[in-house]
Amino acid sequence: MDIRPILSTLRRHKTAAALIVLEIMLTCAILCNGMDLVAQRIARVQRHTGWAEPELVVIGMLGIDTDANTDALTRQDLIALRGVPGVRQATTTNQVPYGDSSWNTGIQLTPDQQRRTLLASQYMVGEHFLDTTGVRLIAGRDFLPDEYIDLSAADTADKRMLPILVNRPMAAQLFPDGEALGKTVYQLHRPLKIVGIVDPLSAVRDFEPDHPALVMPVRMSYNRGASFLLRVDPAQRAAVLKAAVAELERINPNRVVLLQKSFVDIKHDFFAPDRAMAWLLVSVCAALLVVTALGIVGLASFWVQQRTRMIGTRRALGATRGQILRYFQTENLLLTSIGIALGMAGAYGINQVLMSHYELTRLPPAYLPIGALVLWALGQVAVLGPALRAAALPPVAVMRAG
Amino acid sequence: MFGYYLDLALHSFRRSIVLTVLMVLAIGLGIGASMTTLTLFHVLSGDPIPQRSAQLFYVQLDAEGKGDYTPGAEPNIQLTRFDAEALLREKRATHQAVMSGGFAPLQTGDGSPVALDGTFPQLRYTSADFFPMFDVPLRYGRPWSEADDQARARVTVISSELNQAMFSGADSTGRTLRVAGHDLRIVGVLAPWRPTPRFYDLNLRDAYAGSETAYLPYSTSRDLKLARSGTMDCWADSKGDATALDAPCAWLQYWVELDNPGAVRAYREYLDAYSDHQHAAGRFERPVNTRLRSVMEWLDFNKVVPSDVRLQLWLAFGFLLVCLVNAVGLLLAKCLRRAAEIGVRRALGAARRDIFAQFVVEAGVVGLAGGALGLLLALGGLWVVRQNPASYAQLAHLDAAMLLATFALALIASLLAGLLPAWRACGVTPALQLKSQ
Repeated sequence: MDIRPILSTLRRHKTAAALIVLEIMLTCAILCNGMDLVAQRIARVQRHTGWAEPELVVIGMLGIDTDANTDALTRQDLIALRGVPGVRQATTTNQVPYGDSSWNTGIQLTPDQQRRTLLASQYMVGEHFLDTTGVRLIAGRDFLPDEYIDLSAADTADKRMLPILVNRPMAAQLFPDGEALGKTVYQLHRPLKIVGIVDPLSAVRDFEPDHPALVMPVRMSYNRGASFLLRVDPAQRAAVLKAAVAELERINPNRVVLLQKSFVDIKHDFFAPDRAMAWLLVSVCAALLVVTALGIVGLASFWVQQRTRMIGTRRALGATRGQILRYFQTENLLLTSIGIALGMAGAYGINQVLMSHYELTRLPPAYLPIGALVLWALGQVAVLGPALRAAALPPVAVMRAG
Repeated sequence: MFGYYLDLALHSFRRSIVLTVLMVLAIGLGIGASMTTLTLFHVLSGDPIPQRSAQLFYVQLDAEGKGDYTPGAEPNIQLTRFDAEALLREKRATHQAVMSGGFAPLQTGDGSPVALDGTFPQLRYTSADFFPMFDVPLRYGRPWSEADDQARARVTVISSELNQAMFSGADSTGRTLRVAGHDLRIVGVLAPWRPTPRFYDLNLRDAYAGSETAYLPYSTSRDLKLARSGTMDCWADSKGDATALDAPCAWLQYWVELDNPGAVRAYREYLDAYSDHQHAAGRFERPVNTRLRSVMEWLDFNKVVPSDVRLQLWLAFGFLLVCLVNAVGLLLAKCLRRAAEIGVRRALGAARRDIFAQFVVEAGVVGLAGGALGLLLALGGLWVVRQNPASYAQLAHLDAAMLLATFALALIASLLAGLLPAWRACGVTPALQLKSQ
C-alpha cells in the first residue's frame, strides 16, 4: 500500500499524531525497563542454595537460666534431636542462608599482613554439617571428630591452628594459580588450614555466587546465637519440627523457642518483598498498556469521525472496505513504529539513570523486540474498532451528510 | 461566567460520554498510582522527630587500626565502648545518651514467659537522657535517673505494648519484669511510640519495625552481661570478649543534643580534641576523623528509604505522564470536534479569552472527577501495599496533607493537559467554521 497519502494526511494533523507517538514512546520506554525489573526479581526469587532446601528445618532458642552449662546442653540436645523419628541428621550453625544472622571475617595470607586479602562469610558448625545440608565435598576431607572445639574455647587467646573448609570461589580467589588444599591462611593471628573444598556454599545475604565462604568446626551453644539445623523427611516436615521442639522443651524447659521454621518458609518470607514488587511492576505495566490502548481508541475514533468525508470520497471513487481498513491500520503501524523507535532510545536512557542509582544491570537487548511486538499488537487491536467503523460507512450516506 | 462554563462543560460531557469517561479514567489511574507511591514515600522519608531533629546529632569517631586505612574514608558508624563511656562521662552536650539494641527472654515477676503475639522482644540499653532527648512520651511513672545509671540500678521502662500484654494496660510502675532471669523494677511505662524510621539505631535489620519492647540502663545491661544485637565491627583481636571496655570493637550508638550553632561548633572541636588526645595516648592510630550529623543528615547518609520505594515512585510518575499525554490527546479530539460550536460562540461575540477559559474550566472539571477516582484508587492501592509483608508497608496510610495533595495534583495535571486543547480551541476562526456548516 502506498503510504504517501497517509503521510500527507498526518502532516495536516501534526499535534494529534505527535501525541500518539509520544504516548507510545513513553509506554515503550517504561515497559522495557519494567519487564527487565520483573525479570531480575524473578531471577532473585528463583535462586537456589544448592542445599537440600525442602528437607531442612531451623530451630533457635534462648535460655532463661544464665548459669546453665549451655555447651553441654547443646550437645545433649543434638543427640536427642537425632533420635526424633523423621529426623535424618542434625547439626548446629551460627547462620543459615536467608536468616537473620550473618557472620563475616577477614582472611589474610600471612599473619602480619596489614590489609585483609578477602572478606569471607563465616559458618561455625557442629558435627555432620555436610550430611545435614547436602553440601558436597569436592576435594580434601571433612572435619575429623577430634577437630571440633566449643566456641568458648575458640574465644580464648589460644591461637591453635583450626582446620577449615572453603567454597570454590574462596579457594580460587586466595590461590588463583595453585592448589588451595593443604594451604594455611590467617584470621588475624589464628592460622587456618584448608582441609577441604565444598560446593555449593553461599554467603547469607550476599547472593553473588562467587562470594567467598568458609566453614569452621566450632560448636556454638544455642545461647550464643547458634540455631539447630535439622534434615528431616520432607513429607512430614511440620510434624517432625513440632516433635523436635517438644523434645527440646522436655530436655530443659527453662528456654524460650524463638524460631521454628522450615527452610522453605524462611526463604519464602525473605523474598516476599521481591514478589510483591514484581506483582506491582506487572500491574503497572498492564495498566500502562490499557491506558495507552484507550488513548489510541479515543484518538482513532475522533480521526475516523473527522475524516468521514474523505472516506466517503474514496469509497465513491472505488476504494474497497478492505482498503479503508488497511489505511487506518497502516497509519497506526506507522505512528507506533516511530513511537517504538523513540521509545527504545528512551528505554536505554532510563536504564542508564536507573543503573547509576539502583544497582541494576544493563537492559538486555532482548526486551526491545518483545516491547516492540507488544506495542505493535496493542496498536493494531486498539485501532481495529474505529477502523472497522470507518470501513463500514456507506459512501452515499457519507457524501450526502457532508 | 464560571457557572455558565460549568454548565457548558457538563453539557459537553453528556454529548460525548465515552470520551469523557476515558479521560476521567486515564487521569484517575495516573493519580491513583502516583498518589499511592507518593504517600508511601512521604510516610517513609518523613522527619521522625520534627520538633527536635535539628538539635539532635549522631557522633562518629575513627578508632580503627592503621591496617585498612584509606585517607578521607568514612569513620566507623558506631563507637567503641571505651569512647562512648568516655564521652558520656565528660558530658559536653545539653543531653547525651549511649545506646545499643539487645535481646533477652522476658518473664513476669513469678516466672511465666511473656508472649508478645509472635514478635521477638527487642530491648534497648541506654542512658537516662534518652527519654528527655528524644521526647519519648510516658504514660505512667518516669524514666530512670542519672543516679540509676551510675548505680547500675535494676530498673526498666516498658513499652505500652508490653504493658498491655503483661498488665492489661494498668499502671504497672513498681511491678517486676524479669529479663534473662534478673528481676528489674518497672519505673515507667511509655505511651504508644513509633518513631518512623527508628532513626536512633539504623544498623538493626529493619528501620521501620517500630520501637523496642523494654528499655534499661546501659550500665545495668553490662553488669548483667545481657546479649546485644546489631552490627559489630572488630578490627583487632578482641581477646575473647568483644564487649569488654577496651575491646577494639565498635557497637554503640551515641547521640547528643546541641541547642545552637555555637554549641555544634564547640562540640565538633571537642570531638577533634578528644581524638587528638586518644591519638597522643596511642589508642587511635589514624588521623583525626570525626563526624557529627543531624537526624535528617544521618537518615540521608544511611539511605533509609528502601530503594524499592523510590523506584516505585519514579515508575508511578512515568505512568502519570503517560496518562496525561493520553488526556491531552482525548481533550484535543473532543475540542476539535466542537469547532462548529466554538465558531457560533465566537460569532455571537465571545472573545478568544472566553473560549480559552471555557475549555480550561472543562479540563478542570475532568481533573476533579479524575482526582476523586484517583483518591479511591489510591485508597485501594494503599490497602494493597499494606498487605505487603515488609514492616514499612503497615505505615502506608493517607493523611490530610496527602488528601489535599491528591486533588492539587489532579487539578494541576488536568489543567496542564487542558492548556494545549484550549489554546487550539480559541484559535478557531469563526467565519471559516460558519461557512463550512
